[in-house]
Amino acid sequence: MIREAFGIIYAAEEVPDLRELVEARAVGALPVGGKYRMIDFGLSNMINSEIRNVGVIASRNYNSLMDHLSSGKPWDLSRKSDGLFLLTPFSLRENPGVYRGKVEALKSCLDYIRRTKQEYCVLTGSTLIFNNTFDEMMRFHIDQHADVTILYQDIPAADHRGDRFAEVYLDIEKDGTVTGIELNPAHSDLFARNMETYIIGKDTLIYMVEESFAKGEYQFCEELLRNNIGRSKIMAFEHKGYVGTMRSVAAYYKINMDLLNAEVRDELFSSKNRIYTKVRDSVPAKYTMTADVSGSLIANGCIIEGKVENSVLFRSVHVGRDTVVKNSIIFPGTDISEDAELENVILDKNVSVRARNRLIGAVDFPVVIRKGSVV
Amino acid sequence: MYRKKKTVALLLAGGQGSRLGALTARRAKPAVTYGGKYRIIDFTLSNCTHSGIDTVGVLTQYRPLELNTYIGTGQAWDLDTITGGAYVLPPFARVTGGDWYAGTADAINQNASFVDQFDPDTVLILSGDHIYKMNYKWMIAYHEEKKADATIAVISVPIADASRFGIMNTDTEMRITEFKEKPKHPKSTLASMGVYVFNWKTLRHYMEKDRTLAGSTHDFGKDIIPAMLAGGERMFAYEYGGYWRDVGTIESLWEANMELISQAPPLNLYDDPWRIFARNENDPPQYIDAHAKVTNSIICEGCTIFGTVEHSVLSAGVIVEEDALVRDSIIMSGTYIGRNSRVLKSILDEEVLVGEGALVGADPVDALTGALGGFTAAGAGVPEGYDPNVPITVVEKGARIEKGAVIEAGKEVRA
Repeated sequence: MIREAFGIIYAAEEVPDLRELVEARAVGALPVGGKYRMIDFGLSNMINSEIRNVGVIASRNYNSLMDHLSSGKPWDLSRKSDGLFLLTPFSLRENPGVYRGKVEALKSCLDYIRRTKQEYCVLTGSTLIFNNTFDEMMRFHIDQHADVTILYQDIPAADHRGDRFAEVYLDIEKDGTVTGIELNPAHSDLFARNMETYIIGKDTLIYMVEESFAKGEYQFCEELLRNNIGRSKIMAFEHKGYVGTMRSVAAYYKINMDLLNAEVRDELFSSKNRIYTKVRDSVPAKYTMTADVSGSLIANGCIIEGKVENSVLFRSVHVGRDTVVKNSIIFPGTDISEDAELENVILDKNVSVRARNRLIGAVDFPVVIRKGSVV
Repeated sequence: MYRKKKTVALLLAGGQGSRLGALTARRAKPAVTYGGKYRIIDFTLSNCTHSGIDTVGVLTQYRPLELNTYIGTGQAWDLDTITGGAYVLPPFARVTGGDWYAGTADAINQNASFVDQFDPDTVLILSGDHIYKMNYKWMIAYHEEKKADATIAVISVPIADASRFGIMNTDTEMRITEFKEKPKHPKSTLASMGVYVFNWKTLRHYMEKDRTLAGSTHDFGKDIIPAMLAGGERMFAYEYGGYWRDVGTIESLWEANMELISQAPPLNLYDDPWRIFARNENDPPQYIDAHAKVTNSIICEGCTIFGTVEHSVLSAGVIVEEDALVRDSIIMSGTYIGRNSRVLKSILDEEVLVGEGALVGADPVDALTGALGGFTAAGAGVPEGYDPNVPITVVEKGARIEKGAVIEAGKEVRA
């Protein structure tokens, strides 16, 4: 539908509250939902919108991200013209170091942006899980003659107080015009949470980024867009449906558990818009005589001899005999030996749990075991 | 363009595999599903890749559509290289007219110019009908060491089964002295695996002679090999000791699948350096519901299980509804098993719909009452929980089993 747009996925977000999970990887490379990586959702939404030119901005620890994206073939982005562009850190005369914000990152990528042949830019991030095309948003953007359209999620007032992770809320008029932008609003009744997803004309984007950067601004929404309110036509468009925002370990845990819910799973995975990922040549999962699995997502390559309840198991996980895995998320290549007990646990890649070990976390504070640990 | 290759592989994938009945009604045998996510041809193609052979011609003839689509550029097997590749070779027309492939040797002979462009020393002739892992590199090295004109891979079979195979008699040096296709009174137990290495020039010579020979069936086993033996060529047997299964019948296909489920499967698919590649579909992980029960089974991604699955192999995207029972069965991708239904010792091809309360694979005696017959010793705790005497029920791709229908064991349901 929207071949006239190119995409940028800003995969340089810093999410310190994901702690150990992002120690050695970019958020975009974080495994989620049994076989995906966070960036799969943004990329799939792009290609399901027929966007065929996607730049991925990476900043720190992008090794695993590059590994995952490779040539872009799994997303059909290995093309003769356009396709996938990995935009790794690029130092400027003004700044030789790490990006201080999205504006600076975009400034570093202006060469790529200028070279694109498409008229519009769909800019999104790698911390969001949702399944939707940008088609309707684009139609809205064009119909409204907007300069910038911001995708938002309607958050019930009751959810406002709780986690505070640098969330931006929009003040919106009835027709969708954005009149205010607030960061972590303490005393307002704003309900529209910015999903860090924007449609913006290519030339407008270049102009705004250059202007904003020249003024010493780094933040895209809180600075660049806020300072353009009243000068430019900034509109908001609502995404109706499931959104998972990867802000913390607790959020990570909750999002994976949400996928055990049939409604969420159907919306994300049974839609005609598929979520694509890099698929490995794994053997189908094997359940032995003693296997007892309920309410769980299991990826290929797993061998299950024990009990798995309400959990998400990634590729090639072994669950030994008499072992109980409950309410847990187990990353690829993990080996859980016999007679162990795990509850509310997140095991990162290639962890080994020895026989008869017990690891019990709390629902709102799951135990996280680092990549490659032997417990 | 000159692109020399030491060895070119030619994979004979044109056979119908008529003994697989409904499963090969619309596809060639190498495209039949095995082990949940694989097609039979994946084994041969993966063997080629792992053996360092990157040029593979796949000769198709019978119902090639599904197979051609499946092979594509060969990318799934890492065969889409700059100098190599997977080439699908169907019969083609010439100025003087066109011919179907009259036999295995004729198929190769018609594609001699394809082989010639690589100017190979040896050709590796394979079939896409078998489940095995083999490093062809060692066989080719053996062929060179023996200064052979032809080398035939053999496997030792029980003497009782020997009359079903092409049987080799050899001297102490493993030089073949006699070859008999399906002998009534076999003198040896060394059976041909359908894997041959030929010196390309020698083979070309014999194929050319055979082409115009009256009465020839243009078959490797029946014509070319006996002619080469008669011509005094150096022909050796290369003995293979690993797992090898011919899954040419419903029974053998079913058994080979069930072998994968057993406690210590004779075929190890978890072998990292010799991973079997397959075309991977983009399916979400499998979901096993809170009330589901899955034991002793192999399940692929994209499946959703609400009912009970015992001792079965399920391909991608199968849905087993609440209170349904699948036992001792092979269920291929996209099949839907309705509520309260039972599927017993059956092979359900792709996209079959089993209606609510239906019974597939009923013991004939109990068919009328709908009782669960013939499976008295089955169930949890019995690893091989099937009565070996109950015949296998087969349901063709896309067939619909009506609500409450009872399909007798051993029946073949066509779409």
